[in-house]
Amino acid sequence: MDHSVPTVGIDVAYVAGLARLRLSPEEIETFGNQLEQVLAYVKKLEEVDVQDVVLAGEEKGFQNRLRLDLALPELSPNEALENAPQQRGGLFLVPRIIE
Amino acid sequence: MTYEAVIGLEVHVQLKTATKLFCGCRNEFGAEPNSRVCPVCLGLPGALPVPNEAAVIQTILTGLMMGSSIRPRAKFDRKNYFYPDMPKNYQISQYDQPLCLGGEVSLPVLAFPKDAQKEPQALAGKKVRLVRIHLEEDVGKSFHLENCSGIDFNRAGTPLMEIVTEADLTTPEEAFALLTTIREILRYGKVSDVDMEKGQLRCDVNISVRPVGTEAFGTKREIKNLNSISAVRRALKHEIQSQIELVSSGGTVVQETLRWDDARGETIPMRTKEQAHDYRYFPDPDLLPIRTEGRLRTEAERRMPELPETKKSRLRETYGLSEYQASVLASDPPLADYFEKAARSTRNPLTLANLTLNDYLALRQDSPDPMSIPPEYFGQLADLVSDGTLNSRQGREVLAILIQAPRPPKEIAQERGLTQISDSQVLEEFCREAIAANPKSVADFKGGKAAAINSLKGFVMKKTRGQANPQRIHELLESLLREP
Repeated sequence: MDHSVPTVGIDVAYVAGLARLRLSPEEIETFGNQLEQVLAYVKKLEEVDVQDVVLAGEEKGFQNRLRLDLALPELSPNEALENAPQQRGGLFLVPRIIE
Repeated sequence: MTYEAVIGLEVHVQLKTATKLFCGCRNEFGAEPNSRVCPVCLGLPGALPVPNEAAVIQTILTGLMMGSSIRPRAKFDRKNYFYPDMPKNYQISQYDQPLCLGGEVSLPVLAFPKDAQKEPQALAGKKVRLVRIHLEEDVGKSFHLENCSGIDFNRAGTPLMEIVTEADLTTPEEAFALLTTIREILRYGKVSDVDMEKGQLRCDVNISVRPVGTEAFGTKREIKNLNSISAVRRALKHEIQSQIELVSSGGTVVQETLRWDDARGETIPMRTKEQAHDYRYFPDPDLLPIRTEGRLRTEAERRMPELPETKKSRLRETYGLSEYQASVLASDPPLADYFEKAARSTRNPLTLANLTLNDYLALRQDSPDPMSIPPEYFGQLADLVSDGTLNSRQGREVLAILIQAPRPPKEIAQERGLTQISDSQVLEEFCREAIAANPKSVADFKGGKAAAINSLKGFVMKKTRGQANPQRIHELLESLLREP
């Protein structure tokens, strides 16, 4: 790992848990290092001087980007379900949700 | 030691828009599964959300109706979680810059459950503070099958408004009253139909208990997804009871998320989204912030209705109605409008209110459109009843005919020979006859049984085929019986 970039500190096992991913200790190690590098690289953005940058929505002549409450064509249920790994009765099937 | 409960609510309301929050799919209940979907609400790669301005305006309007501060700048954030009811693995919501902050809702007596309306808590006129009101997208609907779950995304992406209260509530009845009041305000603003059957109002409640007089909060538990106002009351009653029992027997409340089983009347711990309180919110990079000053706010202000409480006090003051009459009318804005139109044609709005609330509402149950009666006829009918031309039973009869075929009520009354006999001389004859024919009742009355007069009244009513003025008969009988 390149130690010239600051470390971010990321708990890979915890994040994997949130994402319902099962990782081996080796994977946690590997992904941890990779994620550290990616995030540390992005963190370099903090060095950019943004003092004169106007916050989105604050610029002169800003206009809301909204749409009118008008209906547009939808997909058919067949189209919507076309790529579903599993389907039945017009529903997407997923592993049983535990309440 | 006595304990008190501390309760806060998160109220989710489905907004009444034609389309979803971020795409043009129809916002419609009960359609064929997965027939109201598109790449945006299915979370397909490359699709871009664009906010529906109607939903934004309705949220601002709700804030105005509840006295919130409308933030000049609001933004949308992603709430990340892994659960199949949302295809994107995040829900677009508002985190630190919601549309509305603060606000307040007062609890009127009649918003409380009937059995609690005489209690001090109902009479206190409590004000419940709001934390915020924000806009988010609703999630899909899941069906639990035997070995798997099935998802319908028709509801995914429909606009959902969340109203968060401060923990200002202390009883299940106050929670009931708050929800009843919120429902009425939302209907006034035409922001939502708040149809419970369709799940248009769902509520999460946070409850903790503490010894009366202490300031610190106890550990709270949350009951999720209550879908009726009375279920909220029942669930709270149960949960407060069980927390107090636990704490007073030396136990400690463990922070937990619960589900309410209304049929069994018990709470069940939920295992879902256990760690999901780590939602890792961040601003949605697909969406620009929203500036509310200008058109959005002006439009919301233009739609601002007369609020329920204002309407109630105006009805009381203008027409001399009771608190109850004003509340029943105000709970049904079209009915209140109709009443006010009819009131222009009567000298006695109080009689009109009685006719409306007793007879008209009863008739409305089985008639498709009783408001087809021209309001001036309805007003004239109230005059016929209040000046004694018709008694209340006859008034009802004319009303029933009016609904079938509207004509001036005076004509109907004359045609049917439905005029009340108020002529004292005529009535006196009947009363003397009644006294002569019922010596036993007369003796009973004179012996102190005041109710015995009723059988004499009944005699006269029968003789006159119900056309006598009951008030006049009563007066006449009393004075005749008191004669030495």
